[in-house]
Amino acid sequence: MAEPWLELEMVVRGAATRLAFSASAPFVGVSGPSGAGKSTLLRVLAGVERRFEGRVTAFGERWSGPDAVSPWARGLGWAPQDAVLFPHLTVRDNLGYAGRGVDPEVVGWLGLAALLDRAPRNLSGGERQRVALGRALCAQPRLLLLDEPFAALDPELRGSVGRATASWCRNHGVRVVLVSHDADDLHAFDADRWSLGEATSGGVVASFADHERP
Amino acid sequence: MTVDPTSAIGLSLTVATAATALAFLPALAVAWVLARWRFRGKAALTAVVTAPLVLPPVITGLFLLRLFGRTSPLGAALADLGVPVVFSWFGAVLAAAVVGFPLYVLTMRSAFEAVDRRFEEVSLTLGAPPAVTWWRVTLPLSLPGIAAATVLAFARALGEFGATAVIAGNIEGRTRTIALAVYALLDAPDGDAQARPLVLASVALSFGALAAFELLVRRQRTRLDLDDG
Repeated sequence: MAEPWLELEMVVRGAATRLAFSASAPFVGVSGPSGAGKSTLLRVLAGVERRFEGRVTAFGERWSGPDAVSPWARGLGWAPQDAVLFPHLTVRDNLGYAGRGVDPEVVGWLGLAALLDRAPRNLSGGERQRVALGRALCAQPRLLLLDEPFAALDPELRGSVGRATASWCRNHGVRVVLVSHDADDLHAFDADRWSLGEATSGGVVASFADHERP
Repeated sequence: MTVDPTSAIGLSLTVATAATALAFLPALAVAWVLARWRFRGKAALTAVVTAPLVLPPVITGLFLLRLFGRTSPLGAALADLGVPVVFSWFGAVLAAAVVGFPLYVLTMRSAFEAVDRRFEEVSLTLGAPPAVTWWRVTLPLSLPGIAAATVLAFARALGEFGATAVIAGNIEGRTRTIALAVYALLDAPDGDAQARPLVLASVALSFGALAAFELLVRRQRTRLDLDDG
């Protein structure tokens, strides 16, 4: 088995959340019920969660503690659960926020071409979620953080967007951490090599195992 | 006694404008610190900043007189620089700025606090360091609130009387703003007739400012997406 690229131990202060794992497969999926600390895990990886103790090492860099790599230097694309699109910017400006342009290929398979000049407040839940995903991808990240990324999409779109995202990440060598309470989200992201973990509610160490899809 | 209503109205507008401009950056900085920093003595700083809101303006004026009077080091230094504070136009500006400061800071603070931190967090992860994030996300999202604060501080500066009277006096053409002119006319034989245009101007300006404030607050809500689901 390859060297782990991500090692993490975290205890969230004031909550009964403990997660510990190391991942060597390029795609990490964590499932579990709400309240198990999945979103907090992504906030820790994003570098914006201060209320935790533990150690995070990613790509051989320290991502926790006083000398942690800053959030803006981590090479991230984060698609939070409720999108969090910048309300004062159009879809196009949201997509291009990271300053690396708007990838027409991404716009294509996310079906965003007709929405580029719209304001976020005029989008449906599914559209917002696709824009959030597109914004994360257009940042050309080395690590993509996905929080229930396909939950608001209808089943058909979920399959096609999931497959396209997975293959885009494979082609660009992008690592992914995907969390969801819904196993369908994990299946929609059509990756062949997974580190899969399961968080359970209330004071938990997630169990991790590497999987290869046949 | 006669007062020149045009001079009083013009003076009120220039003094209020100058005071609002002078206090803008300090108010912005203090509001930001109060909205987002956690530190020892924050309660004390809040109290000092808000004090002019509850102190009788005459008392605030007295403090300013002690601080900027000709016998104080600061006042003497400013007078040497050709900017005397006592009984001067600049004194009126200073009084209006200080008395309007609490409203300025508190309203700007709410504007900053209304910005969902998750927008800033996402911006950080997309490669924008804190200063860039502040400029591209925090500031635009709080801009209508900042504008509303400016309008409110301007309105308060327009109405300033007590502190101005103490530090700047009531000098025709220099520090006699609308409020001071009306006060000077109270005892004059034909004072009512002379005061009428000033009263009308004052009421119109105040209501205009408050209407603008209301409009800007509404825009802030729309901008932050608070008006839909």
